[in-house]
Amino acid sequence: MIRYLARIALTAGLLPAAALAASDAAALDSMAQRVKPCIACHGDEGRATPDGYFPRIAGKPAGYLYNQLLNFRDGRRSHAVMTYLLDRQSDAYLRAMAEHFAQLHPPYPAPPALDVSAAQRARGETLVRRGDAARQLPACAACHGETLTGMQPATPGLIGLPRDYLTAQLGAWQAGARRAASPDCMATLARRLTLEDLAAVTAWLATQPVPVDARPAPRGTNPLPMDCGDHAGPVASHANGATP
Amino acid sequence: MKRALGIAAVVAALLALGAWWLLPIPDAAHSVPLPGPSAMPAHADLAAQIERGAYLARAGDCQACHTVRGGPVYAGGRAIPTPFGTFYSPNITPDVETGIGRWTDDDFWRAMHEGRSRDGSPLYPVFPYTNYTRVTREDADALFVYLKSLPPVMQSRREHDLKFPYRYRPLLSGWRLLFFRPGVYEPDAAQSEAWNRGAYLVQGLGHCSACHESRNALGASRTQPAGGLVLNWYAPSLSVKTEAGVQDWPVHDIAALLKDGIAPQASVLGPMAEVVFESLQHLNDADLRAMAVYLKDLPVSEPAVRDRRSSRDLKAITARGEALYAEHCAACHGDNGEGRPPAAPALAGNRAVTQDSIVNPIRVLLYGGYPPGTAGNPRPYGMPPFGHTLSDQEIADVLTYTRNAWGNEARAVSAADVARHRAGPLW
Repeated sequence: MIRYLARIALTAGLLPAAALAASDAAALDSMAQRVKPCIACHGDEGRATPDGYFPRIAGKPAGYLYNQLLNFRDGRRSHAVMTYLLDRQSDAYLRAMAEHFAQLHPPYPAPPALDVSAAQRARGETLVRRGDAARQLPACAACHGETLTGMQPATPGLIGLPRDYLTAQLGAWQAGARRAASPDCMATLARRLTLEDLAAVTAWLATQPVPVDARPAPRGTNPLPMDCGDHAGPVASHANGATP
Repeated sequence: MKRALGIAAVVAALLALGAWWLLPIPDAAHSVPLPGPSAMPAHADLAAQIERGAYLARAGDCQACHTVRGGPVYAGGRAIPTPFGTFYSPNITPDVETGIGRWTDDDFWRAMHEGRSRDGSPLYPVFPYTNYTRVTREDADALFVYLKSLPPVMQSRREHDLKFPYRYRPLLSGWRLLFFRPGVYEPDAAQSEAWNRGAYLVQGLGHCSACHESRNALGASRTQPAGGLVLNWYAPSLSVKTEAGVQDWPVHDIAALLKDGIAPQASVLGPMAEVVFESLQHLNDADLRAMAVYLKDLPVSEPAVRDRRSSRDLKAITARGEALYAEHCAACHGDNGEGRPPAAPALAGNRAVTQDSIVNPIRVLLYGGYPPGTAGNPRPYGMPPFGHTLSDQEIADVLTYTRNAWGNEARAVSAADVARHRAGPLW
């Protein structure tokens, strides 16, 4: 029986596959095929899914996406499946993945209708657009772009994301479970937000429609109000396989 | 039953320990005298020795255990979950207070060869000295010189978190009496130089058997033809052709799997992806070929296979599984499990699918995975995770189908089997 199985393995397993390979190989040799594991959660072309948690990754600045891939791989962000999937990949490959999704711009769905009070909506919009100077809170728009669609090279857009995801991220910044290169300006800012601030900001952001042809603003559009490690561009990292 | 066996084994070990206390039976480890001073010449080229040590550290994959994610290399702290509790690896940088700064080459040799710490206390065999005892004094010295050349990092070791009774270190003396025989690898004159080099690396620094052999209730390697569970994955047996045995492979393909993480017959995932990424891909071609020659020549064992089919209604399960397969899997793996190489392997006749252990098939479906990104395979294709889109029952059904379609034949998977793997660390 074992020998029979082994023979099956050698014939059924390998020969037809080898024959197919010749015709299929060219079509398969693409980044789109290589990032199939990513779109299982992040949706076709990285446009997110209706599940309500996994964020859209399509069209975010490549520098931002690359930083996040490094952060997951090297333990500065915590998501077990992300870390597991990226664990043994080179910086160059992660960069290629980031660039692949950065240049995709599939359409956004209409924002969800959330039960948000007018007062909460107003508070959220004020914090996002103007910040709160008294509490040293710059406007989100100061870094993330006037249209909140991000800024090159490494600042993500804030609209078109699920509220659950936004809430989880701000909570993770506050708790130290999400980190970035030093100086970690988002950790500093998130810790200045109260629970009510956080609820208002995420509610307002998650219900904003995304402009057609949304793109990150060009590099240097706004002078940044804070010094952020990630703005310097991708984090230099020691790859796991590098010579120690 | 398993628990009863475990308790019986612990009792046996305690009795053995008692015997050791009562009778003048020498601890096997003690009975071997330390060899004389290092054979290295006084004027050895230190740089060359350090370089050799760095290479050997790669071969031993020391950093896998002695480095925590994102932390300083070799400074320790990685949690190593085992059935006996969680071990935390020590700092092996030359820091005087928290590392091996005070160690001498004799201390290091005793750890590698005898499994004893600097103060003479026995080490837990989670440090695979049952393998490292095969390493020559010359290689151990090179490793030591290399480690001493690293920048010292001050980082204290976290205490192990072990279950009763394993936290009582004196028990190790009984364990060692039963299961540990120190001894440097002795070449087999009947075999080729490559075979012997391969055996030295596989049995010694490579410590392949640390994962690829099953262990008894006391954590000692068994000679049974089965792999072992490690970090929640199943390390398939290297002696069983329906698992990871490579006796029928060309040597070239075996070496390719070790170096690139992928070969025409298979690719590596999980903890083995880490081994390839951090260790094997950095070895030279001669050493990889030597390991391949030796692995190919390992004696073949027949597996102890459980019932192929479960008592459940396999036909109904596979009908449900077939529909799920068509919806989620066929686009990449083909209508008949023929695969779409190089992006997706064939599932028909694929022993990663049909091996008796259901651990890895379940994990691959739940969490997906990429083979390691290596020089020979820098942009690997990957398997998507399905844990968030398919239920335990659906994963069980599609696995049972793929394990029994297109000539495949293997025991069924249940939803309860799948549920067990939704927790715990992924690597």
